[in-house]
Order: sequence, then structure tokens, then C-alpha cells
Amino acid sequence: MTRTEFWQGNIASAEGALAAGCRFFGGYPITPSTEIAEHMAAKLPKKGGVFIQMEDELASIASVIGASWTGARAMTATSGPGFSLMMENIGYAAMTETPCVIVNVQRGGPSTGQPTMAAQGDMMQCRFGSHGDYAVIALSPASVQEMYDLTAKAFNLADEYRVPVFLMADEVIGHMRERIIIPDSVAHTGRPAFVPGTPPFRPNENLVPGFPVFGNGYGTHVTGLTHDERGFPCATNPQLHAALVKRLVDKIESASEKLADFDIVNPDAEQVFIAYGSPVRTVQQVLHDHPDSSIGFLRIRTVWPFPAHALSIFKNAQRFIVPELNLGQIAREIERYAKVPVVSVPKLGGELHTPKELWKILEAGA
Amino acid sequence: MSFNEWLRQDRLPHIYCAGCGNGTIINCTLAAVDSMGWKKEDTVFVSGIGCSSRAPGYIVTDSLHTTHGRALAFATGVKMARPDLHVVVFTGDGDLAAIGGNHFIHACRRNIDLTVVCMNNQIYGMTGGQGSPTTPRGCLSTTTPYGCTEPAFDLSELAIAAGANFVARWTSYHVKELERAVKTGLETPGLSFIEALVQCPTNFGRRNKFKKVADQIEYIKAHSLLKAKRDRMLEQGEPIPEDMYVVGELMKRSRPAMGIPKKEAAP
Repeated sequence: MTRTEFWQGNIASAEGALAAGCRFFGGYPITPSTEIAEHMAAKLPKKGGVFIQMEDELASIASVIGASWTGARAMTATSGPGFSLMMENIGYAAMTETPCVIVNVQRGGPSTGQPTMAAQGDMMQCRFGSHGDYAVIALSPASVQEMYDLTAKAFNLADEYRVPVFLMADEVIGHMRERIIIPDSVAHTGRPAFVPGTPPFRPNENLVPGFPVFGNGYGTHVTGLTHDERGFPCATNPQLHAALVKRLVDKIESASEKLADFDIVNPDAEQVFIAYGSPVRTVQQVLHDHPDSSIGFLRIRTVWPFPAHALSIFKNAQRFIVPELNLGQIAREIERYAKVPVVSVPKLGGELHTPKELWKILEAGA
Repeated sequence: MSFNEWLRQDRLPHIYCAGCGNGTIINCTLAAVDSMGWKKEDTVFVSGIGCSSRAPGYIVTDSLHTTHGRALAFATGVKMARPDLHVVVFTGDGDLAAIGGNHFIHACRRNIDLTVVCMNNQIYGMTGGQGSPTTPRGCLSTTTPYGCTEPAFDLSELAIAAGANFVARWTSYHVKELERAVKTGLETPGLSFIEALVQCPTNFGRRNKFKKVADQIEYIKAHSLLKAKRDRMLEQGEPIPEDMYVVGELMKRSRPAMGIPKKEAAP
């Protein structure tokens, strides 16, 4: 039986993780994500899991990666400053192909910025924040329901692709309370199977290696150095390095259409909003207030890899309007693919766009 | 079984310079691990970055060669998620005491059931000989070209103050004592910290008037002061020379520990 709850977004994220079988949480308190850690601290021990408050965010993500190698579904949650501290080890997770889930309840930056206010300023950092080339998956929830659903989904994607998966929430979604329907169970896919006796970093047909869980006698060496299929350092072999990094990117980018998760409203429209995260709610209000205006809307849940093919669905589009709580981070990404003008509607300060603000943009372009 | 069976023979020769002391410490550690009768599938080696941290790459078990300074945080995740695994951490003075200092004191405070073997060569070897938090005052390195002016960290005293259950310091000269100390560390629940002073002929010795590898080992030996003797000297009010390293079992206690398998947990 499904049941209905009235939850805060952060609690929904923690519950989604528990439903997905998360059994390890390593974290550090930071506004506005702390409720996730607090909820996991209360719930995980009762489920046989481990909650540990680490000494900083570098240690939080390190402990998560360590736990993941024992086969545990593992996560952390943070916000801007902590997210910045995690970057080096996020690159390590990408390089070592370690499944892990990182929730970022975004707040205003840079630096300490606005701890209690919403922002989407970390969208490029989650994609490119660690040094070197790599690829990740980032999901963006726009409701308490999606805090639950997309957190659970993040664990499946992390396992399937052996990659860090980000839930890029924001303070509004994290702290908002609304109705949520809890499903009986959530889908649970595992990590690609490891074939004992084969090289531990030899990719399968999807470019993802099987996962050799620690403690089974496989004797796997895991290193952040450039490594061969056996997992051993080969840091001065140019061809090997190029092939490894290319595969780490290709395994995600080549699955872009499969990973895409978006909704389309009025595909014949000339003016089309594109949004993810809490600005989705403002766009929805505009559509609700003007039901006859045939405004197009591309509402994105998987932000990275960016679902470029979704743009071509709007064949009559004259322009894409992109409201974001940053100075146009994803608008710039959309410009790379769009054949029509892209209007960035940035908003800083921590408040959402008002429906009136977005309606004015529409009127100006009509 | 001999400790040789814990080595990935196909990965040898190793990257260490001729005369390096790290191999001695790895041998002592593996001999101690072997004497525990542990299964390879139940044992995990974790390390950070630096010369010391390349050790797990030569060991047949599952191993995590992680980021600079963070070995203990990764090891904490492994151990808390699977308390039944034996987790041994290799680290060095730069990895542990500089960039990883915060993780070091908190792992000791938690008293998590890890055995940490620190190869203290008093220098950054991998990057070519820069001063570290344990470089003795007055010693030369590429970043202390006029002599180190900072006081050195006493890693073992730090571990004791932070709460580790077992702390011992030996050197690459004291191989039997070192092996025994590592074994005691492996047997002791909670965090065991074993500091091993090692010679680094390439980057420490040659800049600090040790013309031969043996010269530095002789120096380390001559400047080792047994804890028992140090204690007697303290009792008699004798001053302890600043350039002496106190060696021996420096702490053994049974504070509550984390990461202990439930069935073995104390009531």
C-alpha cells in the first residue's frame, strides 16, 4: 500500500535513500542540508546501517567511497562550501569508478554566501568541479516527491554506471513541506557483475567494468593514478591515459538519451521555458495562470548529461527562456545546442522568480 | 605461509630508491600480518599519497590507494561498513601529519579499529625532498635551504594525546621490535599507531651529511632512546636531549573502540 505523508524535502531525500537501500551515510553538518544527516543518524542504526559524522567534508566523501568498495550503498549530503571541499575526492570517485550519491542542497555562494537562501550556483561545479576530464550524472528535483524519487533513482544510476551521482537540490526544495506519496517499494538495480579472474577495470559493452566488492578475495587494487585494466598504476603511458579518460566520459555521454529525464508541455509553442529545480515551480505557475497561451515548457530532471536532443522536440521554437537561480549556468549549456536565441533569466539573492517576472519576459518577446 | 605470499611478485621491482627504508617497514608489517593467520580476503590495505602510500600496490589483498592525506577517512568508511575486515593503513609523515592531520587526530579520537603504520622519513620524498612537519629543526630540504626553522611534530605523542589505544615507535634499524609492535597493534582493538623512522638516502640523507645509507641508519640507531631508559632519566631528573627519538611501546590501553564486529563487542 502506498501512503501519503507531509514531509520536508530533506526528509524525503533521506527516506528515498533508505528505501533505495542506502546503508552508509558519512556527513558533516551544513545549512541547508543538515536535516538529511540528522534523519539518517536517527534511522540508519535501526536498519543495520552506519551513520558517521566525519571531521569535515573531505572526510565525509572519503568515508562514503571507502564504504562503497565494501558493496554498501553509500551517500553524503552537503551544501556549497562543503561541496567545494569534496571536489578532489569526487574526482577520485570518478577515476576509480566508485558508485556514490552526493546530495547538494544548494545555497547562495560564493564562499559562505547565503546559508539559508536558495541558489543553483553549483550546477557547473557538479559537472566540472574536480580537476581533469570526467563525467557525472546530476539530477534536479523540483518537489518534495522528487526529493524522494530522484534520490532513490540516484543510487540505481550510481551503481549501474559506477559514477558519482548528484542530487542537485536547493534550499527551497530542501526545506519546503508538501504532500508526498510513498511507494510500496522502489526499483533496485545492482552494480554490474564482476567476473572473478578477469581484470577488474575491463569495461563491459556499456563501457562500465563489473564491480569487484572488497572482501571476496579478488585482490583488487584501486588507485586514483591512471591505471590499466588490472587496476595498476600506468601513469606515464599517454595512450592508456587518453583511452581511460575518454571511456570515463563516454560511458556517461554516450548514454545521454537513455539517462534523459524530462517533461514536455506544448511542443508546438514558439516561446519555450526551460527549467530545472525550484524555478520549475514558477514556470508551472505561469502555465497555470495562462492556460490558453500555448507556452512551451521543457522541464529537466537529468541536468547532466545535458539532454540536448530534447531541444529539437520544440520544432516551432522561436526562443528558449531559461530562468535559473544563478547567472545563467545551464542557459550557456543550452546555447551550445539551440538553433534559436536563448534568453537567460538569472536571479540571485535567494528568492524564486515571481510568475510576473517570467510573464514579462514572455510579453516582451511576443 | 610466509610474508612473501602477501606480495604481488608480478609488480616487483618496486619504485623505491636504492637504500630506502620503506621496504623494511613493509616487510615487518607483512610479517606481522602473516603471523596473525589472517586470510587475504579479509584484509584490506589503505594508503594516501607519497612514497609510503605506494605500498598497497605491491600487496595481493584488496587495496585502496587514495588521495593525499585522506587514507584514514577512506579507511574509516571501509571499516565502519565492514567491521569484520582487517584494515591496515600505510602512510607517511607528510600524508599523515600535514595534509591529513585532521583525519589523524579524529581517527585516534574515535579510536577506530585500524592499524596505522607511518613511515616517517622526515621529508617529502615523492616530490623531491621538501620539508615536512617532522623535518628536524636545522635540517636541509629543498624548501628549507637555510635549515628548517620550525619545530617538528612528535607523531606518537600526538596519537597518544588524541586517544589511540596503542602507540609504538621504532625505526628501520629495529626490525624485530617493529614487527612485534605491528603485531601488538594488529591484536589491539581500537586505533593502533606504529611510527617507524626510516632513512631516505635520496632526499634526506644526501642533503644532511649522510654520505652512505648506513650512516643515516647508524644515526637513527644512535639517537633512539628506549622508553624505559627515558622514564628512568625523567625520574632522576636528567634532561632528555632534544635530538633523541623515544622508541618502544609508548601507550597501550583499552579505551572503547569503534568499528569492532558486533559479535566481538564488549558487553
